[in-house]
Amino acid sequence: MLQIDCPWCGPRDEHEFSYGGEAHIQRPLAPEQLSDEEWADYLFHRSNTKGAFAEQWNHAAGCRRWFNVVRDTVSYRIQAVYKPGEKPPVACHVNRADGGAE
Amino acid sequence: MKKYSLFSLVRNALSYNENWEQAWRSPEPKKEYDVVVVGGGGHGLSTAYYLAKEHGISNVAVLEKGWIGGGNTGRNTTIVRSNYLWDEAAQLYEKSMKLWEGLSQELNYNVMFSQRGVFNLGHTLQDMRDIERRVSANNLNGIDAELWYPEQIKKKVPVLNIGNNVRYPVMGASFQPRGGVARHDAIAWGMARAADSAGIDIIQQCEVTGIRRDSGAVTGVETSRGFIGAKKVAVVVAGHASVLAEMAGLRLPVESHPLQAFVSEPLKPMFDTVVMSNQVHGYMSQSDKGELVIGAGIDSYNGYGQRGGFATIEHTMAALMELFPIISRVRMLRQWGGIVDTCPDACPIISKTPLKGLYFNCGWGTGGFKATPGSGWTFAHTVACDQPHELNAAFTLDRFVSGALIDEHGAAGVAH
Repeated sequence: MLQIDCPWCGPRDEHEFSYGGEAHIQRPLAPEQLSDEEWADYLFHRSNTKGAFAEQWNHAAGCRRWFNVVRDTVSYRIQAVYKPGEKPPVACHVNRADGGAE
Repeated sequence: MKKYSLFSLVRNALSYNENWEQAWRSPEPKKEYDVVVVGGGGHGLSTAYYLAKEHGISNVAVLEKGWIGGGNTGRNTTIVRSNYLWDEAAQLYEKSMKLWEGLSQELNYNVMFSQRGVFNLGHTLQDMRDIERRVSANNLNGIDAELWYPEQIKKKVPVLNIGNNVRYPVMGASFQPRGGVARHDAIAWGMARAADSAGIDIIQQCEVTGIRRDSGAVTGVETSRGFIGAKKVAVVVAGHASVLAEMAGLRLPVESHPLQAFVSEPLKPMFDTVVMSNQVHGYMSQSDKGELVIGAGIDSYNGYGQRGGFATIEHTMAALMELFPIISRVRMLRQWGGIVDTCPDACPIISKTPLKGLYFNCGWGTGGFKATPGSGWTFAHTVACDQPHELNAAFTLDRFVSGALIDEHGAAGVAH
């Protein structure tokens, strides 16, 4: 069982959280300009990293706020917790799919 | 390959069982093969077997980083059924069911396929509407499916609680009489033995570390035992599909999650069928040894460690305690996890890729065991003919770009 350190509430049991998948996937700024391939990349394709992985969690049974976690997907060890909008404080793979936004 | 029979059993018993021949060889890898299958689980071995049997291609190697059948093939709850909603999925799983029905004879290896029936319970009005729709769709597709109500189910499964004293009372179920369970190891070993006798090399302890390419086509794989050349590379590695895809510069729409299962201490026979519930997340059957074989939904987070968390165990046990109050004091003997590659539409990918000579079979998610022979059969066709069979034509990698998804979350979302 994971113990997750919510940036607002402190360390809590995994039961209180729900998972939000890969972090740092940007919603396309101009979706009408995307090709089908770019749209598929934004919607479906995921890094599915083996190792240090930036992901989103929601403190569903607590403050109900979203935040990011860097967790090793092999050992499940949590390496860092940080707030939305911040950059990951430790080295990890960050999604390259920006949906053509930049 | 020496045939297994009653006669061979007696003959080997007389020589104290010391003269059984090895079921498959452990050869050194050759420099080059026509096809290299990456992954020696049930799906990989059956791919190799059908390449030889259906397409006459036997210059094939199966590369396995651990031991054959040691991944998800040995880590599931062995349920086999084909009652899927959509035509494409139903036909694919039904092909697999038909292959299962003849497999023990065909392989000369007892895969212990026991068609004891599978119930999928409904607990809400919407569940029951979906179940009625799915049963009707199955019947139109020529697949056996029946709608059962609680009193009928209770007669067949007396230990099931159909009362109203639980949070989600049982309102009915779909029942597939031809569904059932099979022996997980036996399908891997039987396929390996049959593939080996067709001349296919099964190479264990050989991890693929890279996919070598030259001008848009694959030329072979880098492995922990050196480079192995290949005209075609067929990747069927379940939870590690994304890792292999990255070696070829591809991105897949799959995410890897831990999926857990448990067995209890052995008990006297208490029910002779399979009961699954999507709604409360749990399913159970009883093995020939008497153990209750219990499965659950995936752990929510991505993971490559072959184990899950206690949160899921607790959730599963709570659900099953309500369905089967009789098991409240049963102790669990073992617990394990596999890594499943889940697809956004809960359907597999059996497909060519943008690279010439590279094929992927992945995304089976939580329910790949039942498809073991059908997956190999269609994948072998795809690799041998360089185009999909009509049974897997819809299960391409392209469907995530075209939008032609096959949404099987209703029939596959949690239950397998």
